[in-house]
Amino acid sequence: MSLTQPVASDHQLARLLQIGIVLEEVVEARSAKHAEETSGEHEQAVLDLLAHAETESAEHRRQLESLIDDLEADTVPFEEIEMLVEAQYEADKDFDGVLYDQLCNEETAYKFYDDLIEAIEASDVTFTIDRERLLAVLSDIREDEAEGVEDVTDLMEDYQ
Amino acid sequence: MNTQAQYLKAIYLTQQQEDGPASTGDVADMLDVSPASANEMIGKLENRGLLNHEKYKGVDLTDDGIAQAREALQNYCIIERFLIEVLEVEEFRAEAKQLEGVIDETVADRLDTIIDREPQCPDCFDPEGDVCGLLEVEAEVTSD
Repeated sequence: MSLTQPVASDHQLARLLQIGIVLEEVVEARSAKHAEETSGEHEQAVLDLLAHAETESAEHRRQLESLIDDLEADTVPFEEIEMLVEAQYEADKDFDGVLYDQLCNEETAYKFYDDLIEAIEASDVTFTIDRERLLAVLSDIREDEAEGVEDVTDLMEDYQ
Repeated sequence: MNTQAQYLKAIYLTQQQEDGPASTGDVADMLDVSPASANEMIGKLENRGLLNHEKYKGVDLTDDGIAQAREALQNYCIIERFLIEVLEVEEFRAEAKQLEGVIDETVADRLDTIIDREPQCPDCFDPEGDVCGLLEVEAEVTSD
């Protein structure tokens, strides 16, 4: 499915950026949990991938938080999301399961930013935040997510 | 949610209320579109194998149509619950309706990993209120 609605206001933009932050926090927390649980012959390559995903998500979160600050909206504390992930997390020690979850993370994030960029571009609203900066930040993050999808699929192919 | 999903959801809910085929007029009313627009989209959905349309009788979703409509309802419930449980948004219903067209099902699936959703979802959906029925009860209890 694709977006059918342009972003209508500062308020809605802030809400969507908050959702972006939560998605990054979910990736960060789940990557850390997976790393704790991962074992087996492929351990190091998977651990490297998870560590990279965790660091990258933390960086994306900070970038989104700086945008949210300019819109005078609140961020969502990482500890809160980490707790929620912990409460619902089901350990998946299976190698394919962990990689598949990472692939879902990267693909979901890519789709989210792609849709958000499209919705901002379709909007006539003058946001409080500079539109060029907003789109530049989101486009950079989207590119990282696209690379993330490639990294996971490469690793999946390596071990097939 | 795209236009297709919005139609499937509206037809599903109308069929539930009518306990049978949905009239194109009722579907158009629910979506606040003209009967001509509704007829055009219903024709497309029929070509995609998502419903059967019989003149003077109405519209009946196929199994694929029902599955997609239920997924759309589930996405809406996830958004409502996410807004109230995680972001603690007071006007969660109004915002869920605005975000419904913006949040893709893959994103909703990820948000679903951090919320508490009842196993009966999306049968919890209240077609008259066009909202999650269970959350209404919970929200009332919380506000008491």
